[in-house]
Amino acid sequence: MSQAVVERLTAHFGERVLETSDAFGDHEVVVAIKDWAEVAQFMKDDSDLQMDHFIDLTAVDYPERESSRFDLLLMTRSSVTGARIRLRTYVKDGEEPGTLSGIWSGANWAEREVWDMFGIKFNGHPDMRRILLYDEFVGHPLRKDYPIDKAQPLVPYREVSDIDKLPPFGIEEGQPFARIDWEARLAGGDNQVSPAIGVQQGQRRTLSDSEAAQQIQARIKARMAQESAEGEASEHSAEEGSGQ
Amino acid sequence: MGQLKVIDGGGEVAVTTRLSDLLQWARKWSLFQYPFVTACCGMEFMATAAPRYDIARFGAEAPRFSPRQSDVLWVVGTISQRQGPAVRRIWEQMADPKWVIAFGTCASCGGFYDNYTTIPGVDKVIPVDVYIPGCPPRPEAVLDALMLLQDKIQANDRKPIIVPPRLVPERAPGRTREGNS
Ligand code: SF4
Repeated sequence: MSQAVVERLTAHFGERVLETSDAFGDHEVVVAIKDWAEVAQFMKDDSDLQMDHFIDLTAVDYPERESSRFDLLLMTRSSVTGARIRLRTYVKDGEEPGTLSGIWSGANWAEREVWDMFGIKFNGHPDMRRILLYDEFVGHPLRKDYPIDKAQPLVPYREVSDIDKLPPFGIEEGQPFARIDWEARLAGGDNQVSPAIGVQQGQRRTLSDSEAAQQIQARIKARMAQESAEGEASEHSAEEGSGQ
Repeated sequence: MGQLKVIDGGGEVAVTTRLSDLLQWARKWSLFQYPFVTACCGMEFMATAAPRYDIARFGAEAPRFSPRQSDVLWVVGTISQRQGPAVRRIWEQMADPKWVIAFGTCASCGGFYDNYTTIPGVDKVIPVDVYIPGCPPRPEAVLDALMLLQDKIQANDRKPIIVPPRLVPERAPGRTREGNS
């Protein structure tokens, strides 16, 4: 079904279809950026394809790639045949693919989101503004070179001396996934934001490596041992009580 | 109440106290709340307000959707940077005396949203009186927070406080077909 779409597109566009693939059953067609809107329009209008359902439009940033920085991805489906297809193109920083908002009106907001998050503008879009972030925001946060800990507050933060410490929700307070490293930061100035990202980037220690974390874990273990000892003591007394 | 003096006049009884104590006592039992509910914690807020946990027992059952009529601002859920000006403005519109409760980890410290979108704790924007940890907190913790706030109001104490965790209770005895085991 979806394979038929790939074949139809290859037959119609010939050389202009750069690559096709069907990894994990997801059929994909890669075209050049100049053909982007034209292929999309064809998929919508062609009587065999009838891709009338716009699912999503998004991008992926590969800052290390020389040729073109972004992948732009369009997911569509046909409500008539049930076929699904993914259309991909490569976009250089500053290049403007043609808008799809005239083909599927759902693409309007999706393209605004791609502009907001990745900074890809769409040629001919009727309303190219940010959609999720505020106008004062500088940069595009889903680009990989956006600093991971950079916030751009609209209201200046209050000046209170102990504000950063409150509240100290560490592992001990039943919040293993919340800002778990504040103690590690106090202890060692470790600027780790999220352990998972730290490990992934190979820059930062994991929480469980840090001395502060080991201290916390030791404290928790001690408390649990103490509680279970107390619990056993009370159970014994209860058994004695029922025996009488 | 703070200082109470009972004067027994034989058949007639009079009670005296300080005016400020009386005022604080009246305030703490008639808290009008402004729920600023933005995320999943709202579910637990609803559970607390509903009959089973019944926040009305504490005189705090009346939500007011105008900040000008309310005493407590409940910040319930994740506050994004974009919402910062709104929550600040709502707080500014409330008449004194006013209190703020940060409900859940997100409102208290940003939770796991450690990135460009989220204010790392609403206390970065407005002063908070009581923090409730938990994602989301259980209604018991919410009621604990309300009682803590009442104590603070009575004592005229504006120092921020965190609701301490409760010990995990023993497992309740299971039920079998034959009856309680
Ligand atoms: S603390 Fe948890 S439940 Fe509450 S708003 Fe944040 S993510 Fe949702």
